[in-house]
Amino acid sequence: MAQGVWTIAEQRNGEFRKITYEMISEGKRLADALGQELTVLLLGSNIKDKAADLGQYGADKVLVADDARLEPYTTDAYVSVIAELTKANEPAILLIGGSVQGKDLAGRLAARLDVGMAQDCTELLIDGGNLVAIRPIYAGKLYAKVTYENSFPQMATARPNVMAMNEPDSSKSAEVADASFTLDDGMLKTKVVNVDKDTSGKVDLTEADKIVSGGRGMKGADEFKILEDLADVIGASVGASRSAVDAGWREHTDQVGQTGKVVSPSLYIACGISGAIQHLAGMSTSKVIVAINKDEDAPIFQKADYGVVADLFDVVPALTEELKKIV
Amino acid sequence: MEILVCIKMVPDTAENEIEPNSDGTDIERDDLVYSVNEWDNYAVEEAIQIRDNIGGSVTVVTAGDENSEEILRREMAMGADKGILLSDEAFLNSDGKGIATILRAEIEKGKYDLILTGAQADDGAAQVGGMLAAMLDIPYASLVSSIEIIDDTRIKVGREIEGGNREMNEIDLPCVLSIQTGINEPRYVGIRGIRKVASLDIPVHNASELNISPDTVGEAGSMVKKIDYFVPEPGEGAEILEGSNEEIIEKLVDLLKSNGGIK
Repeated sequence: MAQGVWTIAEQRNGEFRKITYEMISEGKRLADALGQELTVLLLGSNIKDKAADLGQYGADKVLVADDARLEPYTTDAYVSVIAELTKANEPAILLIGGSVQGKDLAGRLAARLDVGMAQDCTELLIDGGNLVAIRPIYAGKLYAKVTYENSFPQMATARPNVMAMNEPDSSKSAEVADASFTLDDGMLKTKVVNVDKDTSGKVDLTEADKIVSGGRGMKGADEFKILEDLADVIGASVGASRSAVDAGWREHTDQVGQTGKVVSPSLYIACGISGAIQHLAGMSTSKVIVAINKDEDAPIFQKADYGVVADLFDVVPALTEELKKIV
Repeated sequence: MEILVCIKMVPDTAENEIEPNSDGTDIERDDLVYSVNEWDNYAVEEAIQIRDNIGGSVTVVTAGDENSEEILRREMAMGADKGILLSDEAFLNSDGKGIATILRAEIEKGKYDLILTGAQADDGAAQVGGMLAAMLDIPYASLVSSIEIIDDTRIKVGREIEGGNREMNEIDLPCVLSIQTGINEPRYVGIRGIRKVASLDIPVHNASELNISPDTVGEAGSMVKKIDYFVPEPGEGAEILEGSNEEIIEKLVDLLKSNGGIK
């Protein structure tokens, strides 16, 4: 009988990503609801010394797969190792962070394990001993509530920045064990040849705690400077709507929306963004949304918590000056 | 290079209100406007560009009802050489794994070097590409933002990864790639382009022709079961801050301090 909740730690060069702590926190809640243990799988190279600390966020056990071929992440190697360990240990639930890496991993892993999977969930709960997953579909116009049939582990990915993160408890530490696995070089058909590092020093939008975003109302690429200034003062990253990206004012990597990045910061300030469904799909799970727009009928005001109906070129620089005084 | 692009017809979320039907088992499909899943256009455009550069052919395939023929024709008007429709009563209500099972059967009948999907679909879960690769036991890369053909056996792909970084991978062919928007600019398809391909034959393959056992796909083969659909709470709308610009900014700063995490 399948038993226990598993999640997978996401790390690069030995540094855990925030999603790891979110999934451990959520995984622990699910494990508690089942009255079972939370095990974290940690894959990488020379990373065992980092394992016990994951207990601070709620991991009961950490299973470490240490191999030079597991750093950096590749789909082939991760799927191979995780599938082997999952089959050997039969967890009831396998929870994966819906980051770029997690989404890459999850589909292939689900097919390898021959199980069902719910992707990009915003809420997870236990009902009658089974996992129930809630996920937005059709650009967030609708939510689907799903469960699993004759399929173990019950697999889900969760949207980053949505699941509440536990306060770390430094008195806790997880039990650490070495995983036994085989990794055949013949299965590794993908080679990472290099990584172009982003040197801007900005936090990636999907992980940002605060985002200042601009749309068509920004009128041009140079005008984004006022958003950069505001973002610098409050420690935010700068995003853009699709129309700003299509106009060539910002890079595609800055695009927030259905066909860009799905973000969920604690503060989202939308400047000159009308709020097309394409954009709302990418940011509507943000915790506090502020909209600044001249058009009082702009749909963004339906989703926002606070609205400012004014010319952003007056309001944004003045707001930046005021905030400079207090932060 | 023989390239297959898997596409899907979806309700256009910009054009439609989407609501559950009366018993909550599906969305209300009357009067919906459908279109090609947006990500798929980027995948088809990329395939066409590769073919135009190095030769070969582009085939578009979809699993759906007879109405899906329309989207196949649209992508053929873009420049795909051939369309294939996979259609059977048994395929209805397939989950991601079911769709991957259906596509796999068609792929194994042919010989393709490169298989592309969109990174995700409006009504889907961004999983078919990875599942397909696992079933075919060939390599997979997701969220691909550039493709460079090295030779007949290897390609180099760029992926947007976390932290704003970009990763370059070398991958053996054949492989499955899921294509991110922004990789190219899909060409415009006019009504004249559609007319040109209107009479081209689109073969339809059903479950028995594909040797698919009906209990592995559709509702029967689905391991993820829908409990229900619901419309999210509409929310109250924004509290509009009133007053002069100075007053508004003062209120906003206070709100950001109390609720927005600004200290």
